[in-house]
Amino acid sequence: MTSTTLVPEGATTAVALSGVTKVYGRGADAVVALDRVSLDVAPGEFVCLVGASGCGKSTLLNLVAGLDAVSGGGIHVAGDARPGLMFQEPALFPWLTVGANVEVPLKLRGLAGAERKTRVAELLDTVHLGDFARRRPHELSGGMRQRVALARTLALDTPVLLMDEPFGALDAMTRDILHDELERLWTARNAAGKPLTVLFVTHNVREAARLADRIVLLSSRPGRVIWQTPVDVARPRRIDSAEVATLAAEVTDRLRAEVGRHGH
Amino acid sequence: MATDTVTISGLDALEVASQQKVPGRASRVWAATWPKLTALALALGLWQVVVWSGWKPEYALPAPLTVATDLWAYATGGALWDGLLITAQRAAIGFGAAVAVGLVLGLAVARVKVLRAALGSMITALQTMPSIAWFPLAILLFQLSEQAIFFVVVLGAAPSIANGVIHGVDYVPPLLLRAGRNLGARGLNLYRYVIAPAALPAIVAGLKQGWAFAWRSLMAGELLVVIAKSTSIGVQLTYARELSDAPRVISVMIVILVVGLLVDLLFTKADNAIRRRWGLLDRE
Ligand SMILES: Nc1ncnc2c1ncn2[C@@H]1O[C@H](COP(=O)(O)OP(=O)(O)OP(=O)(O)O)[C@@H](O)[C@H]1O
Ligand SMILES: [Mg+2]
Repeated sequence: MTSTTLVPEGATTAVALSGVTKVYGRGADAVVALDRVSLDVAPGEFVCLVGASGCGKSTLLNLVAGLDAVSGGGIHVAGDARPGLMFQEPALFPWLTVGANVEVPLKLRGLAGAERKTRVAELLDTVHLGDFARRRPHELSGGMRQRVALARTLALDTPVLLMDEPFGALDAMTRDILHDELERLWTARNAAGKPLTVLFVTHNVREAARLADRIVLLSSRPGRVIWQTPVDVARPRRIDSAEVATLAAEVTDRLRAEVGRHGH
Repeated sequence: MATDTVTISGLDALEVASQQKVPGRASRVWAATWPKLTALALALGLWQVVVWSGWKPEYALPAPLTVATDLWAYATGGALWDGLLITAQRAAIGFGAAVAVGLVLGLAVARVKVLRAALGSMITALQTMPSIAWFPLAILLFQLSEQAIFFVVVLGAAPSIANGVIHGVDYVPPLLLRAGRNLGARGLNLYRYVIAPAALPAIVAGLKQGWAFAWRSLMAGELLVVIAKSTSIGVQLTYARELSDAPRVISVMIVILVVGLLVDLLFTKADNAIRRRWGLLDRE
């Protein structure tokens, strides 16, 4: 077992990974993307996954979302909830307007027309795109598309949110605003007794320190959990606070050591 | 596109100056039409020159003006419209049936592995088969009847449409499928929300090609399968030849060409509308 579980034994877990292995391809071409990853995430916990490029972070989220099958081990999502996945690329439907994209999950959930309309407006306001409902994805910038994707994922109203480098394409200022927005949303859900569990993938250690309850470091190919740390910084946080910077520096050192070991 | 009335200076002014040269709608339409008009004029001129050269007698190869006069008489008389009605009806029924067959067949082959293995290459083979080669069999099966024409039109058009569907479904971006599944679209909903709209451009391309085949098959059918009392466009062409009415032969040919082009234009318009919506057109 490579994991050191921080969640107390016996507590309910929102997402449980036990010995998850993922191998792509067969024979000589086989790539071991994940190697016996075990991780328990408590309900309402915000976990950031950090690791070098190609270490299997996207693979992990796709497995948790049930879009791919594991090669070994098991994944359990509490209450068989369907996690919402925000992909590394926006993955918007080019044939629909921005508003209609956000509306798709609402339609699939069977919401009535009037309710859908107000929900779409709310969600687009959350990502500061209220004025763009009638535009098409190709008319937006990369960062704006990513925000639409976030709104569309939030529309699922799921207890488990999987986010794959969601803010990678954003300028620092917009990113800060969306960090605040995400933290606010997450805090509100947890306070309301509808815990929102977040698995958040990022390359940016400062972002991880800004958002996470716990930071989990994955090793390079094959991906393994090599280190994790709770983040005991009071919320709401600021990305430029000293505590966040100190923690980010520590995580960076760990990450450097890991990348160095693999000679990248 | 609101233009700012604020004072503009320096590089901004240059930018705006170049933007003002963007042509208006009228001149854009003109830019697109004049080459076509010139080409048409040249073709007519060449035709006239050949007539003047006396290469063929006038009763075999009439001059453009003679044909134009006949075309006018043809269009203002009842014959053209009676014929068009019959032909358009056949085209609509035949093409409609081909669309239904093509969509169902395409979807089945795209989704069912066994069917793909069994029929995939056969559909492509059918597509390359000149539809006129089906007529002898069609006439044996259905005699000189509407069914014989219908049979060949459907066989001519359905494979192209099916291939369009197969192609469209095959090339739905996997990422969009995943996104759809994650948003809760399963089974039929996945088709409704992701696969069908994503495949639409390829399906429209298939329909366009299918139409071209349907129209050709229909004309071949109307020339070969002459049904008594029916005065479809194809039959009128046959009669005109039998009466050695060369101007009418060419008039009917022009009608056939124009109808085919107009319907093709509809599909091109649909295709462009889709591509504009998707942001695949590199304009504006
Ligand atoms: N569909 C696939 N087929 C074969 N190999 C794959 C496939 N998807 C991912 N891989 C491999 O699995 C490994 C992990 O990929 P993954 O996309 O999960 O990395 P990542 O950690 O998300 O990287 P990044 O930070 O660059 O997004 C890589 O080596 C990649 O080449
Ligand atoms: Mg990734």
